[in-house]
Order: sequence, then structure tokens, then C-alpha cells
Amino acid sequence: MSKKSYRQAINEAIASEMRRDPRVILMGEDVAGGAGTPGDQDAWGGVLGVTKGLVTEFGRERVLDTPLSESAYVGAAAGAAATGLRPIAELMFVDFMGVCFDQIFNQAAKFRYMFGGKAETPLVIRTMYGAGFRAASQHSQCLYPIFTHIPGLKVVLPSSAYDAKGLLIQAIRDNDPVIFFENKVQYDDIEDVPDEPYTIPFGEANLTREGDDVTIVAFGRMVKIANEAADRLEKQGISCTVVDPRTTSPLDTDTILECVEQTGRLVIVDEASPRCNMATDISALVAQEAFGALKAPIKMVSPPHTPVPFAPNLEDIYIPNADRIEKAVKAAMNYRVRETV
Amino acid sequence: MQLSRGDLLSAYRTMRTIRAFEERLHLEFASGEIPGFVHLYAGEEASAVGICMHLTEVDKLASTHRGHGHCIAKGVDVLPMMSEIYGRKDGVCGGKGGSMHIAEISKGMLGANGIVGGGPPLICGAALTAKILGNRGVAVAFYGDGGSNQGTTLESLNLAKIWNLPILFVCEDNGYAEATAASYAVGGSQVKRAEGFGIPGVVVDGNDFFAIYDAAREAIEHARNGGGPSLLHLKLGRYYGHFEGDATTYRAPGEVDRLRAEHDCLKRFRNRVTEASLLEAHELDAIDGEVEKLIDDAVVHAKAAPLPTEADLLADVYVSY
Amino acid sequence: MSGITAITMPKFGLSMTEGKIVGWSKREGDEVNVGDDLVDIETTKITNAFESPVKGVLRRHIAKRDEDLPVGALIAVVADAKTADAEIDEFVARFQAEFSVDQDNSGAPAAPEPKTIETNGQRIRYLDLGSGEGAPVVFIHGFGGDLNNWLFTQPAIAAHHRTLAIDLPGHGGSSKDAPATIAELAAAVSNTLAELSVARAHLVGHSLGAAIALQMGLTNPAQVASLTLIAPAGLSETIDGDFIAGMVEADRRKTLEPVLQKLFVNKSLVSRDMIEEFIKFKRLDGAKAALSAIAAANFRDAKQSVIFLPRLGELPMPVQIIAGAKDEILAPPDVAYLPTKIAFHSLEASGHMPHMERAAEVNALIEDFVDRSA
Repeated sequence: MSKKSYRQAINEAIASEMRRDPRVILMGEDVAGGAGTPGDQDAWGGVLGVTKGLVTEFGRERVLDTPLSESAYVGAAAGAAATGLRPIAELMFVDFMGVCFDQIFNQAAKFRYMFGGKAETPLVIRTMYGAGFRAASQHSQCLYPIFTHIPGLKVVLPSSAYDAKGLLIQAIRDNDPVIFFENKVQYDDIEDVPDEPYTIPFGEANLTREGDDVTIVAFGRMVKIANEAADRLEKQGISCTVVDPRTTSPLDTDTILECVEQTGRLVIVDEASPRCNMATDISALVAQEAFGALKAPIKMVSPPHTPVPFAPNLEDIYIPNADRIEKAVKAAMNYRVRETV
Repeated sequence: MQLSRGDLLSAYRTMRTIRAFEERLHLEFASGEIPGFVHLYAGEEASAVGICMHLTEVDKLASTHRGHGHCIAKGVDVLPMMSEIYGRKDGVCGGKGGSMHIAEISKGMLGANGIVGGGPPLICGAALTAKILGNRGVAVAFYGDGGSNQGTTLESLNLAKIWNLPILFVCEDNGYAEATAASYAVGGSQVKRAEGFGIPGVVVDGNDFFAIYDAAREAIEHARNGGGPSLLHLKLGRYYGHFEGDATTYRAPGEVDRLRAEHDCLKRFRNRVTEASLLEAHELDAIDGEVEKLIDDAVVHAKAAPLPTEADLLADVYVSY
Repeated sequence: MSGITAITMPKFGLSMTEGKIVGWSKREGDEVNVGDDLVDIETTKITNAFESPVKGVLRRHIAKRDEDLPVGALIAVVADAKTADAEIDEFVARFQAEFSVDQDNSGAPAAPEPKTIETNGQRIRYLDLGSGEGAPVVFIHGFGGDLNNWLFTQPAIAAHHRTLAIDLPGHGGSSKDAPATIAELAAAVSNTLAELSVARAHLVGHSLGAAIALQMGLTNPAQVASLTLIAPAGLSETIDGDFIAGMVEADRRKTLEPVLQKLFVNKSLVSRDMIEEFIKFKRLDGAKAALSAIAAANFRDAKQSVIFLPRLGELPMPVQIIAGAKDEILAPPDVAYLPTKIAFHSLEASGHMPHMERAAEVNALIEDFVDRSA
């Protein structure tokens, strides 16, 4: 066990699985960087250095720099997965997925079902998501609800370095296509991460704290911010359960419902745009399955329905923060059913 | 040409099987018993067979939504194929793929594809697998003149070249992308497009089994030996509409009749082998009879086969979830 | 002594930085003796009763229930009954003023970290703490445990001795492709000690670790200065099969909580973090397989495969046994069958983990025994 960053945890997960299984390969734009140049042959190691060093250990045969050609290489990764490799394709920013949705939605996600259960597609697509990088509208979206919507895909959102390593190893060993969302703001988050390989199963929520008053369900980076809000609320005598579902597909609905049954109040924190996001999905789930347990209306903390703005002051307003979560929790606590005469 | 008697008989049998399969589907579809969309390959048989005769089970192909011929040529059994097209539980995809997604991965047939241009990127992956596993496998991407205009196809040509992948790109140009002519929709030339990426390409008469067979052999051996990708541009014709039910009002009057009379790949094959005394007419007639019987049996079987159950609806979305 | 004693937030284990007051066992004005439970303190790992280090009257609760305080913070004051309230007020004020000044720990040395060594192709993790004359004290945890099980014990003993806590093969940070039988595990511990140039050691083993220590005492008596066997395996025929199966199979909080609760009399000691740490161990590649193999080799069908009871008389070194009277996993040995030279201590308010539940008493027994066996 030692202190590692979210970035190192991901690098270590890829390296350990590439060592363990020669069928695991990595491809993407500048995952090594430097291909064909007169300079450094591991120039970048991914645009934010997450895959640095892998080409040195595993060679260009297994760490493949691709042209800027997402449809071709994501499709190639799907085809390679269906024919015996276990590819990890890095698609730099999730915002770029638009150009290769077909390869993900219609090809990789569907093979197993439409081929009558005869196909396995052990594909991992790693991608960066989230606002906070001053990267504006085309490099800051979340988009995980779109992938969650597609049957046949699994969708993973690690909220910590420990989870990132265990969930990524699970993703690589999983026999279905997995979209693995990395929050670019979290790459330097540091915590204890075991040196050994380990796996965290999909569909198993993590309760980062347990309380009596309000259940906060938060995703990805929002888990940390929800805990920040819960720390403050605890000092004010309001105790929260914070649920990190870890994967949106499969979704640990049992744990969410159990926590809501216990606390009777629910706040959902989702950095994805507010229409048809995970917050609305979970609201619908709870309204259907645990309506009787609710002591107050469900509160959703999401950004406004706008693209992500560039100006730093606007982006800071855009991203859900601890203040907004705190306010939502208090609103749930203060709710009183209007008395009927 | 290095084809043995056995090879010739086999080539004829496979082409005839595809033709009979498709013509029977044309009739059966009209009777209303076949659900959904069906795109028939009749008229293009020489392409699938001339190419797939060079492929082994380690080799892969990705097809188009006109995929029955590629399936049969890659060795998928006709009975489960017919059942699949009828949406039956014993279909090759359990009745969940249908005509447009018919596949048999274990035979290297990575699927007909409902998405035009969906196959070429997948075949880059299949070729990458072969290259990394070092099994000397080759992958073939079939796509039409319509698919040739998709960015995925052009991106795949580039990727195949820069990674030196063992791929044969086969553009089956039947002159129409749905109801729009290739002469209208395709700029430049397929071969020059390939050459633009540094990939050798040739135009081949798509109705001439022997020409295709020879061109494919060379390209596939080239790929198998590490030479990288090549492209065949096959000019051929489809006998039916884009899909069954297409009134084909966009085609010239008599166009298909002329194709059948003057360019039919089966007729040309038969004439060539009998004129050269390589095979006897009665041998080919015997095959025709056997094939008719096989297709009859397949249709009778498919119509009687059980439907998938409600439990099948939920099965096989994931390996584990 | 001035007659006034500051009771401060203790440090349980190496990583503890703060603790939470769960509840007071003594009210203001109560008389307290050395070893009396004063207060329950919750850390992220475990809740532990903190015992009074002195005799006197509990004059003042400084910390409130549910309050989080850093290690070293004043939580209570014990003094004799005659001390004036004003004197206590002044003592508290002075302490608080000085303590706040001392809060900058940036210059403090980092807590010692466990290390690893390779022996016979296996990676063994161990924590080396303290120094002292004579043979070191070596701690061997039980089935499914790791060196952190000694968090209340090792630092206390390390005050006067060199101590080594070892992760058994298959456990903690040691290699998971591990041997399984008690003899093999004992050999691995022996090899580890040899690798660390420890020729002779006082062994403190818990449960399976005690059986391993016994095996070492019988096989390599020259290597063993004394044996402290805590809730030992290997002395009776049966073991709780549900516990063993649960340790191997359970991997979710809900299924694991009742399994870990079997270890303690006070079920509330099983904290979220304790469960989480065990789950984290179970997720490591090979951990479950290692536990499964060890369980199959030693505890199949709720039976122990190796019984050392008839051979206890052969042990040439001093031996003591410490058992929890309420142990749900392993019944304490029948004293009637123990050789008379073996000291036997049964701790009333303890289950299978006396070193965690009655840490101060266990620490005193070990310290005293090691000193007398030197």
C-alpha cells in the first residue's frame, strides 16, 4: 500500500493487466506519443500523461498510437475484442465520442445480443469527462447518461484513486464492453492504493459515510464534493449517507433504495446536464419503488441546461458545489407537508 | 487458374446455393411470412465465393446488410441461416439478429451489418488480432459503393495502411446505394482512393468468378505474408431491389433482364467450365437439384421451427451483469 | 506527582490521528482505578475502551460525547479528591494553551511504514517497531488477519523491545500464492525471521498464528524464547465453521459484518472501516484463494486438522495462554488438560480478539511474560 494519484492508479491497473495477459493492448491518440517523430518515443503518454511509460515496457506492438481517427480505431478495438484480444481504447475526451457512436452503440454494444449470445466483446474505452478544466463546451461534458442508456454497455465512474485501479482492472477482465470515465480534474488526487492488483465488482455501490437524515447519491467527482457538504452538515447536526454507485450500468438500485428507506430523504448530485441524467433516472426509480419512504420531495443538484461555459467564473457557477448540496439537503430537512384543513 | 475439379464443383455449389437461397427468399418474402428487412445478394455470388475460397477458419470477414452470400461462402450452414431469417429460436443468432445481423463468429463471419460502413473498422480490429496473435490470419471487409463513401471506410483504409494490417478491402459496386446511382454519389475512383492511401487496388469484373478468384488469391497471399492491405473494386449487379419490396423504379427498363441474360456469374461459370471440358453439364445439373432440395428443406424446417421465448428477450445482453 | 493527571486522546495504532468520544464509562466524581474503562473512543478502524492509567477521581470530562479530537488532546482530568477545583481549572487552561501551540506536527517523524522482504520466492510484509535488549517480540496474526491486528499491542510492547509483526503468506501485503498448512506457514515465518537475522524471538501468536507459533516452538525450539498464545488454534478439535466459511466467502459489507462481529463480545467494535479494510483485502488478486486453501488445509468441516494439545509438555520454553472467556470461534482450552507449567489467563469481557478488546490487560501480560522469560 502506498500513496498514489488517480493518474498513477490507472497507469498501474493497465500495466498490471498488460503484464498478466498478453492479449491486453492499449490504443489511442498519443497514448505513447512520438510515433514517427525524430524525438521522444514516449513523448506524452496520453494527453495528460496517464499512460506514460507503458510503451517503454510493452512496446509499440501493444501500445498503439492511432491517427486522429476515432471511428476507425474504436471500431478496430471492437473488432479486435470480438476476435480474441482485450483492447483498451483511449478516447481522449468523451466529447469526441460523437464521431464514433456507431462503433460503440451499434457494433460493440450489440454484438452479443444480436449474434444470439455467441459473441464476447471484452473492450474497454477509457475517456476523460467533466468540467473544471477551463476547457469549455467541447472538452468538458459528462455524457455518461448517454452511454448508460445503451443496453450492452457497462459504464464506470471511479470517484477515487483506489476505486480507479480496482474498477479498471475489473473492466479489463470483464467480458463486456465497458466505458470507463476518468475525471480529468481528479488525476492528481492522492490516496492509499494497494500495490497489488485487485478488482472492485461492478454494480456494488460504496457508502462513503452513513447517516440518519438524508441520503446523497453522487457520481464520479461529485462524491468528493458531496462528502465535503456532508462534513459541513454533520457539524450542524444533520447526518448524511453518501452513496457512490461507482457504476451507472449496472446500477446498484438495491443499495440506493435501502438508504432512502433508512433516511426518508434523497438528494442526487449529478454533474451531467439535467435532462435525462442519472439524477432524473434515480428520482424515477425512488418515486416508483420507495415513494412511501419519502419524507420530502427528492432534490436534484445538477448544472443548468447549458453547454459548459469557458469564463472561469461562469464555469465555477456551472459545476455543482458543496454549497448547493448543503442547501438541497437543508431544503429536504426543512420540508413540511402543508396541512390540509 | 489453379482450381482442381473438386474446387470447381465446390465453387459452383456455393454460388448456386447462394442464388437458390436468395431467389427462394424473394418468393417467400412476397408471401409475407418473413419479418423485417431483407436485402438479397442474387447476382453478386461470384464475389463472395471467389474471395472466400481463399479463406480458412482463422480468417475473418465483415459483411454488409446484403450479407447472406458472404455468410454461405464463409461456411455458415444454410438451415440455421434460414431459421434466423424467419426469426426462429434455432436460427444462427437465436432469432435475435435476423437477415441484417446474421453472423457466425466461430466461422469468422463477423456479421452482416445494418450500418453502412460499419464493417471496415471492425475488420481492422480483426486483422490487428491476427497480427498480434501471429496466426497468419487475414481479414476481409466487404462494403458497397454506398459504404465506400462513409468516413469509417476511408479511415479504415488509412489505419490499415499505417498499421500494415492483413486486410483485403472488397468494394462490391452494384451501381446503386439504395436508390442513388454510384455514378452520382461516388467521386473519383475506388482504386485511386486506395492508391491515395498507399494501398494497391484493382478493378475486377465482378461477374467473372475466375477473375475475382485470381485477384483475391494474390491480394490475400500478399496480406498473409505481411504485405499489408489491398483493395478489389468489383463491378457487378444485383438482381433485386435494395430491399425486398423495393419497386426499383430508379432502374432502367430491362436492366435486370439484360444483366441476367448477358452477365450472370453462374451462367458464365457454367459455360466456361463446360466449354473447357473441366466439368460436365450433368454434374452441374445434379448440384442444382441437390441445392434446390437443401433450400426446400431449410424453408420447411424454418417455418416449423419454434419461436424464441420471452426469456430469450432478456438473455445475452451481457456476458455477466 | 502534582496529583493531577491529564487524560489525553490516545493513539491506537500507527495511522490514528484523531478519535471520537463515543461515551464515558465513568461520570465526573467517580473513583477510578488503574485499568478501569474510562471512555470508549472510536477511530476509523475500531472503537476501543480506553483505560485509566492512574488511580484517583475523575474530576472533569473535557471532551464531549461525539466530539472528534486529535491525538494528544485533553479529554479528561483525574486527580485526587482533595485537589481544589481552581487548581484543576488552572491545569486545564495551561494544558490547552500549550497543546494548541504543539499542534504543528509537520516536524514530527513520519510513522514507520511496513516493509517487505523476499524469502523462498514469497513476498512477506512486516512492521519493525522499537528497539531493546534481548530477543525481539514477534507477532503472528490469525486467519484472515494482518499485522494491523496488533495496532493496540505492537506499539505498546515496542516501547521497551524490538518488535516485528508479520503478515502471514496469503494475508495482508504478503504474497497471495501461499502455502496452506500450519507446518508450511510456520516454515515461512521461520524463514522470514532467518532472513531478518532474528535468531531467537518471543512469539506472540493469535488463533491460527498461535498454532503456527506452537509449531515453531516444537520444530525449532532454539528459535523460540517464549510463546504467548492468544485464543490459540490447535488445542481443541472444533472451530466455528460458519466463521471460517464467512471469512472465505463474504465480500460485501452486509454479509461480512455478522462474520466479523463473531470475533468480539462487544459487537459495536466492528466499525465501517474495519469491514472496509477486510473487503479491500478480499479484493486483492489471490486473497480469496489463499484463505480458501488455508481453510481447507486446516479447518475443514469445522474441525481443526492439527491438534498440539498432547505435545504441549514437550515445549522447553515458557508458554502462556490468553483466552477470551466469550470466544465464539474457538472454545478456550480445558485448563485440566494443560501442563501446569503453562500460565493460563482467561479474560472475562472478551471474545476471540482479547488483544483488541482488552488491549491493556493483554499488553501487560505480554510485557511481564517477555521480561520474565528473557
